[in-house]
Amino acid sequence: MIEVSKSLSDELVVVFGDKIAVSESVSGMVTVQVPVEQWLETAQTLRDDPRFAFNQLSDLCGVDYLGFGQVEWETTEATREGFSRGVEGMGPGRFDWQHRPESSHAEKRFGVVAHLLSTVHNMRLRMKTFASDEGLPIVPSLVEIWNCANWYEREAFDLYGVIFEGHPDLRRILTDYGFTGHPMRKDFPLIGNVTVRYDEEKGRVVYEPVEIEPRVLVPRVIRGDSSYKADDIDKAADEEAKSLASGTE
Amino acid sequence: MSEIRNYTMNFGPQHPSAHGVLRLVLELDGETVVRADPHIGLLHRGTEKLIESKPFNQSIGYMDRLDYMSMMCSEHAYVRAIEQLLGIEPPMRAQYIRTMFDEITRIGNHMLWIGSSGIDLGAMTVFLYAFREREMTLDMYEAVSGARMHANYYRPGGVYRDLPDTVPQYKETPWTKGKKLKERNEWRQGSLLDFIEAFAKDFPSKVDEYETLLTDNRIWKQRTVNIGVLSPERALQLGCTGPMLRGSGVEWDLRKKQPYAAYDKIDFDIPVGVNGDCYDRYLVRVEEMRQSARIILQCVDWLRANPGSVMLKNFKVIPPTREEMKDDMEALIHHFKLFTEGYSVPQGETYAAVEAPKGEFGCYLVSDGANKPFRAHLRAPGFVHLSAMDEMVKGHMLGDVVALMGTMDIVFGEVDR
Repeated sequence: MIEVSKSLSDELVVVFGDKIAVSESVSGMVTVQVPVEQWLETAQTLRDDPRFAFNQLSDLCGVDYLGFGQVEWETTEATREGFSRGVEGMGPGRFDWQHRPESSHAEKRFGVVAHLLSTVHNMRLRMKTFASDEGLPIVPSLVEIWNCANWYEREAFDLYGVIFEGHPDLRRILTDYGFTGHPMRKDFPLIGNVTVRYDEEKGRVVYEPVEIEPRVLVPRVIRGDSSYKADDIDKAADEEAKSLASGTE
Repeated sequence: MSEIRNYTMNFGPQHPSAHGVLRLVLELDGETVVRADPHIGLLHRGTEKLIESKPFNQSIGYMDRLDYMSMMCSEHAYVRAIEQLLGIEPPMRAQYIRTMFDEITRIGNHMLWIGSSGIDLGAMTVFLYAFREREMTLDMYEAVSGARMHANYYRPGGVYRDLPDTVPQYKETPWTKGKKLKERNEWRQGSLLDFIEAFAKDFPSKVDEYETLLTDNRIWKQRTVNIGVLSPERALQLGCTGPMLRGSGVEWDLRKKQPYAAYDKIDFDIPVGVNGDCYDRYLVRVEEMRQSARIILQCVDWLRANPGSVMLKNFKVIPPTREEMKDDMEALIHHFKLFTEGYSVPQGETYAAVEAPKGEFGCYLVSDGANKPFRAHLRAPGFVHLSAMDEMVKGHMLGDVVALMGTMDIVFGEVDR
């Protein structure tokens, strides 16, 4: 698998040159980051070029990078505030794109990620792009290239508000009829905006503002001190094997 | 002659063969379907949004509730995604247990499928037969995890606990007593592995029983042969995976092509269809049940011969045992941190897919280094298959809509997420 991805990233560089950014992620899957203008062209080549032959679109989804790398609970120094820092901190959903903290890593807000599969060469590829405008994110639609993109793009439109240019039928898909907002955006509250109930007097279903309070049970933290390094685990596994062996004797 | 117009009909959301809450808007020309527009989302619970709000381990339970007919397979995709980000690998025994339970899940799922699509097409008996055996797969779930359906059994770094030495037995009731009770408990005298082995050895004979009811059944064939034909090219274009793709003759199975857990050490075959119609997909699923029994038996043999740990020993991710916690300060601190805050996962993104009974179940996970996922997208096979509904149903009769819905093996927990 690793060797496959090595040759794949080489091929990608040969074919596309510096138009796209090729990188490799943790599991050895190659990621290409494509400018939104090249999105369709790249997809077409990846499907039709026999060196790639990505004949199936496995997955397509939107990502909202608002608050990427942002924590609710800074715990570098001692303070008296305790847990309330976590509950009231600057976590995702507590600020919008204009007021995002300086330290935020992302330059662009809305991304679209597609996972491609080639059953011919037995390899996968992640294709990624960022919409250029945060207010009205527009990305070309892949429906003509892989037909199954249809519902995925409707889903990304519904949940993130990404507009897919050239989509034949861009309607909401998962949310309720007449829903407002895009619920997977990071500035959309987890508790929602409206509740629905049946009103006996009016004899119909009514929409009301939510009454419940938002709660944070576990604050979001980032810790770089945890070690998951392979040699640590190997050591632990060795010790375990030793203790098992001594147990059976 | 008066003008004949197409008319639009609403199928569901409350319809016995809508397999949950599907609202299907059908445009009909007489009894022929011209266009089908599935309206989904009636079971949308915002699982992905909820996952973003919780530490990694707390979302494993949501996976059971996605495809609530193949619970452990969905868990498997999610824990594999976390393991890839953390760069950890569970011990071999855990891998074999996962393989075995994935296959038990497959049998359970296909038995529900064969029963319910039988009922949809007017074959009542097979439902009763299939549920007789399906009960035992749920008992295995219960024995190992304590829950019959929502097992929450897999963890990043292994499985929650080792296989138990005993299996719960039937108690005497006014209806089940004496010889009947003894018969029911016959396989449950030993350990869970004994029970699973007895089940898997006997299971192919049960599949023969289902086949006598359906395979040569004239009515079953009339309802499924040449219905919903998908060419291999179209199947790939439409994103079909699992039996939907193999029914069209594409030999593609992640267990073989991109092996995970212990599948690369196990001997089994991939059945493929020829015509790509509902009948071929039925045959593929039936053969898959037989292959699953074969895989389970190999796992049982291996697990008998190789005792050992089912969890990694890595206190940064895996909580220490109760005993260790009681006499080790270090273990107590780890336990406290893991249960109040969870573990932080290094920054990165990954896509982990497993061959779930319905097709490729994938989990795309983005971590920004925090103790909660930044983004999790779940690729549900049913969602993609249902999007192919319009194309597959065009030109068929109204009654065939039910056959197609059956053949897609749709569960709304995963379609709506």
